Amino acid sequence: MPAKCKVRRDLLLIFILLLAAGATLCLTLLFRLPGDWVVVEVDGEEWGRYALDKGASIHIETEAGGYNVLEIADGCASVIEASCPDKLCVHQHRISHSDETIVCLPNRVVVSVVSGRE
Amino acid sequence: MKQKTQTTALLGLCTAAAMILSYVESFIPSITPGLKIGLPNVVIVFVLYRLGWPAAAAVSLVRVGLTSILFGNVMSLAYGFAGAVLSLLVMTLLRRAHFFSVVGVSVAGGVSHNAAQIVVAAAVMRTTQIVYYLPILIIGGTLAGILIGLAGGMLISRLPESIIAKWQ
Repeated sequence: MPAKCKVRRDLLLIFILLLAAGATLCLTLLFRLPGDWVVVEVDGEEWGRYALDKGASIHIETEAGGYNVLEIADGCASVIEASCPDKLCVHQHRISHSDETIVCLPNRVVVSVVSGRE
Repeated sequence: MKQKTQTTALLGLCTAAAMILSYVESFIPSITPGLKIGLPNVVIVFVLYRLGWPAAAAVSLVRVGLTSILFGNVMSLAYGFAGAVLSLLVMTLLRRAHFFSVVGVSVAGGVSHNAAQIVVAAAVMRTTQIVYYLPILIIGGTLAGILIGLAGGMLISRLPESIIAKWQ
C-alpha cells in the first residue's frame, strides 16, 4: 500500500471525526434551551431538584462519605467545593442551559440543568 | 533464555519511559477537565509497531496499573483499563488492516480510548447525561491522536532497527 494513500485516508478520518463532533456540538449549542431546574443525582438516583432562578447554596452529602457544595446564583449553577482530591467538578464551567452537566466522578454526583415542566 | 531476558528488560524500559511520560504530563495544564494528550501512548504506539501487540498490551496494562496504584485510586484504575484495552484493540486491528498510517491508527486509538471512558463513567454513575461530553472528547481524542501519531511515527522511523534487532 503506497504511503501517500494511507496519509490521505488519515486526513479523511480526521476530517470526518472533527466534522461529526463539531456539527453535533454546534447543533446542541444552537438548539439548547434556557434551563429552569437544577437536578442533582447521586449514584443514579435523584437526590434533589432546585429552581435555577433562586439563589441557593446546597451541601450534597453522599453515602460514601464524600460531599460537594453546589451554588446557584444569577441563574447559573456551579460546584464550589468538593471532598475529592482532583476537584475536576470545581474547575468545570458554570451551567445554565438544558442538558449541561457538571460531573464529580469520585463522588458519583451528577448536577444537570433541565428546562420546562419536567 | 537469553532472548527472553532481553525482551523482558526492553519492555521494562519501555514501561518506565511510559510512566515517566505520565508524570511529565501531570505538569501540562488541561484546557478542559478530563482531557489529556496521553503522552505515554507515544511509547505504546512505538512498541505496537516495533514489537507487536502482545508487548504493547503488556507495557500498557502494567503502566496503567502502576500509575493508578502510585498516583490514583481504584476508580482511575477502572477508567484507565477500559481506555487502554479498547484503544489497544482498535489500534491492533487497524494496524493489521494496513489501511491507515501511524497517525490514523493513533487517532482511532485516542478517540476509542475516550469513548471507552465515557461508557465506563456512564455505567458507574448510572446516568446518560454525560454522553453530552462525547463531541468534546472526540475532538480532544482526535487532536491528541494526531500529536501522538506524529511523535510515535518519528520514533518508529528514526530509532534504528538495530536497537531492537540487537536486543531480540
